[in-house]
This record gives sequence, C-alpha cells and structure tokens, in this order.
Amino acid sequence: MHVEERTIPLAGTPLTARIYVAGAGDPVLYFHGAGGHAWTGLHDRLAERFTLHAPMHPGWDDMRDLDQFDTVADLVLYYVDMLDALGVERAALVGHSVGGMVAAEVAALRPDRVSRVALIAPWGLWRDDEPVADIWSQSPAQLAALLWHDPDGPAASAHAPVMEPEALLKAYLAGAAAAHFTWPIPDRGLRRRLHRITAPVALIWGRGDRVVPPSYAADFAERLPDSRTVLVDQAGHNVHIEQPDAVADAVIDHLSAGALTESGR
Amino acid sequence: MKCIFFPLNPYRELPADFEERYESVYVTPPNDELCDPARAGQFYNWTLDEYEHAARLGLDGVGINEHHQNAYGYFNSPNLFAAALARSTTDTALVLLGNTLALYNPALRVAEDIAVLDTISGGRIVAGMPVGTPMDTCFVYGVIPSEVRPRFNEARELILQAWTRPGPFHFNGRFTKLRYVNPWPKPLQKPHPPIWLAGGGSLETFELAADQDYTYSFLNFNGYQFAKNTMDQFWDTIERKGKDDNPYRAGFFQQIVVADTDAEAERLYLEHIQYFYRKCLHIPPYMFAAPGYTTRRSADFQIRRSAAAAAVRQAVAEGTWGNYIDNGIVIAGSPDTVAERLTEAVKGLRIGHLMASLQIGSMPHDLTLHNISMFAEKVMPRVRDLWDADGWQDHWWPSGAR
Repeated sequence: MHVEERTIPLAGTPLTARIYVAGAGDPVLYFHGAGGHAWTGLHDRLAERFTLHAPMHPGWDDMRDLDQFDTVADLVLYYVDMLDALGVERAALVGHSVGGMVAAEVAALRPDRVSRVALIAPWGLWRDDEPVADIWSQSPAQLAALLWHDPDGPAASAHAPVMEPEALLKAYLAGAAAAHFTWPIPDRGLRRRLHRITAPVALIWGRGDRVVPPSYAADFAERLPDSRTVLVDQAGHNVHIEQPDAVADAVIDHLSAGALTESGR
Repeated sequence: MKCIFFPLNPYRELPADFEERYESVYVTPPNDELCDPARAGQFYNWTLDEYEHAARLGLDGVGINEHHQNAYGYFNSPNLFAAALARSTTDTALVLLGNTLALYNPALRVAEDIAVLDTISGGRIVAGMPVGTPMDTCFVYGVIPSEVRPRFNEARELILQAWTRPGPFHFNGRFTKLRYVNPWPKPLQKPHPPIWLAGGGSLETFELAADQDYTYSFLNFNGYQFAKNTMDQFWDTIERKGKDDNPYRAGFFQQIVVADTDAEAERLYLEHIQYFYRKCLHIPPYMFAAPGYTTRRSADFQIRRSAAAAAVRQAVAEGTWGNYIDNGIVIAGSPDTVAERLTEAVKGLRIGHLMASLQIGSMPHDLTLHNISMFAEKVMPRVRDLWDADGWQDHWWPSGAR
C-alpha cells in the first residue's frame, strides 16, 4: 500500500505536523500509542475503506516543541489545527492507548468536529483499586509481559523493540510526548469531560490487557452517552497487533454505521 | 585546589541480600521494611559529626547533596543540614548541591532558604543548582520528564532575579506566576552566592555553565578514568564558547580511602566499597530513562555512548579490589599512593573543586573519622597547591569562607 508521508506547518503556531496518509474515502484519524507511530495491519485495513491520516504526536522531531503544550487542551487544539490544515471539517477518530485518550479528549472538547470514535484500550481514566500500569517502570521483559497477551507469540516477536540508535531515538521521542500528557498518572480530568462526547463510541479492549484492565471499559461506558464495548479474546494491551483482524472488523463495523462527515451531535 | 568533604549519607545497614531481594536502592526500597527511623537518625548524626570533624581538620568545604527515597543518600533537604553546620562551623564553605530546582514551585522558597543560610553563616554558602536525577525529579516528585529542564531554567531565573533585583517585582513565568517577589532577607554575598551546576554530563548543562560562567561539578561514582571523556567534552564546550580554562570551572566527585599502607587500605575499606557498588548503585536501568528527561541531542549522545556505559557497569560489577583501583573507580592506599593518583586525576580532568567522598557505603563512624583524618593530614597538604603555580583564582568560592 502506498503511504504518503506529509509534513504540514500549522498556521499561527511554530509547530509542524508529520502525518502518514493512505487510502481514499471519508477521513479517519488514527492516533498512535506511547510506543510511537508504526504502520500496522490495522492501518492497511482502514486505508482500504477510508482516507487514513496517521499523525505523529507533537515533539516527534524536536522535544522542545512540547514546550508549546501546557495542558491537554493545547494538544486538542493542535489536532483541531491539523484538521483545519488538512481541510477536513469532520472526521472519525481512532486511537490506541495514549492515542485513545487523545481521541477522547478531541471528541469531548470539539464534538462538532468528530463524527464517530473508536477507542482501543484507551488511557485517560484512573481507578485506585485497579491502577493503570506504569509502562515506564519496567525492565524490557516485564514490559513485554504487560503489553502482550502472549509475550512469546508471533505478534510480540515481530514487534520487539529495535535496538539500533535511530529506532531507539524515535521511540524515545514518542515516549516523551506520551509522558508529557500522562506522567506520572494518566489522569488529566477526562472523567469530567466524557459526557460531552456526542459521537457514537466503540470501546475495544483485549481481554488480557494488563496495562489498562478491561474493567475500565465499564467506566468509560458509564459516562459516554452512546457507546458499545467489544472485548477481544487472546489479546493484551496491544490488541490491535495481536488480533488485527478482529480489531479492524470492530472498528470498520462501527465507523461504517454512520456518515463520517456528519458530526455526532 | 579546594577540597570539599562530600559524603552521600547512605543508610549504612542494608540487609546482606538487599540486591537480590529488592528491585532498587532508589525510589521504591520499601521504607517500613528497610529504614528504621532510629537508625536513620543515628546515621544522620554520625554524618553531621563527620562534617564537623572534616571542618575542624581544615577541609575547605563540606558538600551536601539532595536525593529522595534513596538508601544511598537520604539527605532529602540539604538546607536542613546546612543550617546545623552554619552554627557548628566557622570558616568552612557550605557547598549545597541541591537544591533540585525543578521540584520546588514556587522556587522562591529556595531563594529564601539560601539567603537565610548565607546570612547566618556569614556568606559561606555555595548555591548549587543541579537539574536532579530522573529518579528524584520524575519518579519521586512526579515532575513530567519533558518539563524538568524548563522548570529548572525558570526556577533559576526566578531565584537570580529574587537575589539581584530590588523587590517587590512581578514574575510572569510559564510555571510560576507571582505578583510580589520581595524575599526577606536577600543573601549576604553580592551580587549573590556563587552558583555551581552539578550533574551527570548533559551537553545542555555544559553549555549553560559556559554561557553563564557557572562552575560545573561532574557527580559520578565511576571515578576519574571513566570521567575523562565527559570532562574532555566539558572543556571542549568551554573552549568553543571562548572562555578561559580556569580549572575552578570544574569539580569532580571521587571516592577516596587512605590508610597507612596499600594493603591496610584493602583490609579496612574493601567491604564498604563493595557495599556501595553492589547495594547502593542497585538501580534498574529504566529509572535513568524517563522519557523526555534528556533532550533529543543528549538522548542521542547517550544512546551512542551506551557501549562505554556498559564497560563501566562491567568494571563496577566485578567488585574486586584490583578492579576498583585499576579503573580509578576508587583512589585508595597509602598517603603516597593516594596523593600520586589524585594528582593524576586532578591534572588529567583539570579540576579545581574536589568533592572528596571519604565516607563510602557501610563505612562505620570511627573508620570514617579515621579516613577523614588521614586524608586531611597526609594527603590534602600535597594536592592543595596543584593549581597555585599557574596563578588561577577561584572566582566561584563563597566570599565569607576561608
């Protein structure tokens, strides 16, 4: 599949966005998780049906860009500016892990720009009785055990960290951006804002998620006006990589149920 | 050269199997299991006695650092110890390395504490400004990694203004918004106490030291041989910025133990050195890698330097006397041996401020006093004048200290 890499200055800001684009059809934005941008099988499936825009979170090239972001609201505005720069009035949002939190925040603060939402193992809520795991306090082996249903399985092996300088640096910058909005506890008040999301939301969780336990799906659902939950077997936090087809089916099914150019309002 | 007694104040009685049973000496060693407040208090008092002993024997300064939830150094607030030492010493420099500025908001409190200490001590305060480890800043105090350095810079700016501008004035920063900055009192030293940067070798900190004419202290436990690359980088930065190569621009932490003979040094100190390197540096690598704590440039530099870091870990892990000595991790032996190696270290790294670590790991109180005495009486006189012939002046020494 041809994936175009676009670099777009955001008018009125010192920031430049990096977006990977593929496919044709209605616009869908995919927000990546704390591990950074990677084009996966899920991306391929989405790009077969839609125009998929997969932006990198800010700071992707220079961490000092993060100085422009004091709060989650600044991050939401970054993505609204990006929609403007892309000429996209309304889009469907898909996000995994930290990216799920980003999608939920954009949908909560700018419901008028969002048509439908799919949150895959999203961060953003916190429960004292079942805390979100600290992915940044783990040895490589401990981290693998947290991220995957089967740490020794083919999906985990194919996505093992690449230990060469360029890849390490990219992962470091992606982690810096994720941490900027979630350190040390990924709770920036999303709980108070979820009710504002008018777009229909699909909550997609691996049953074996050890980073954000699937019990969080109920917390999201309780506060979302319109949501449905899909639990995926044989999958951990990286559910979209361990079970790409099940997740793609669930996302495409959800996004296809309504017009993506109409706001959910 | 200035000699500064610089202990870390470790918990001196960790269990023998500590490093097998626990993940880390820093951040997470469970307090109720490992830290008896009565013993902790005893160790604090020993450390204070050791400071006073060093001051009486004529060391130029005493150094106090800042770490949190850390069994190898649990001073927490260096200002508390400086307050006690301001009263019990008379002409010794009190070198604070804290305060870790990014932890305090508003950092006005740091400006106030140091000003108070400066007045009580008669102008003997060095205002150290370390950026702080990722463990202290990100993991313990919860500072967002990408905000550590911006918060540090803003706090440093606020403190400098608080000390030098007539109050009251306003300060509108990114993290700090104050209508009335007007600390009572201002420091005794004018324009302000000397500022010492300290750290683990970030390029940005070298540049800040060069640009602002601050002195920089490399606080690293691996000894002078492994420090050579980093300090060369520091001096390259100083040269590139067009500054002179005054050795007092640089400080360095070195473990030092002295006995009557080389063999006696091994007999007296080896187990305590092993305690330090096996238990006190038992820190999982991820804690050094909080995402966003170092800039892209420094992260890139460190990623590419990781082979060198692995060599250090290997050398330290072996834990034999020969290994500590041959790699310069510890300078140890008779006064002759120590003076010779120390001269080599100081000249090689071009160091004006020696942070002499004379209490290591589990070293008990009496042995520590002995080591301080041996160093002060038999080594210090032979290394103190190392830079005198070149005529260098220490522009970074507090004006009220000897």
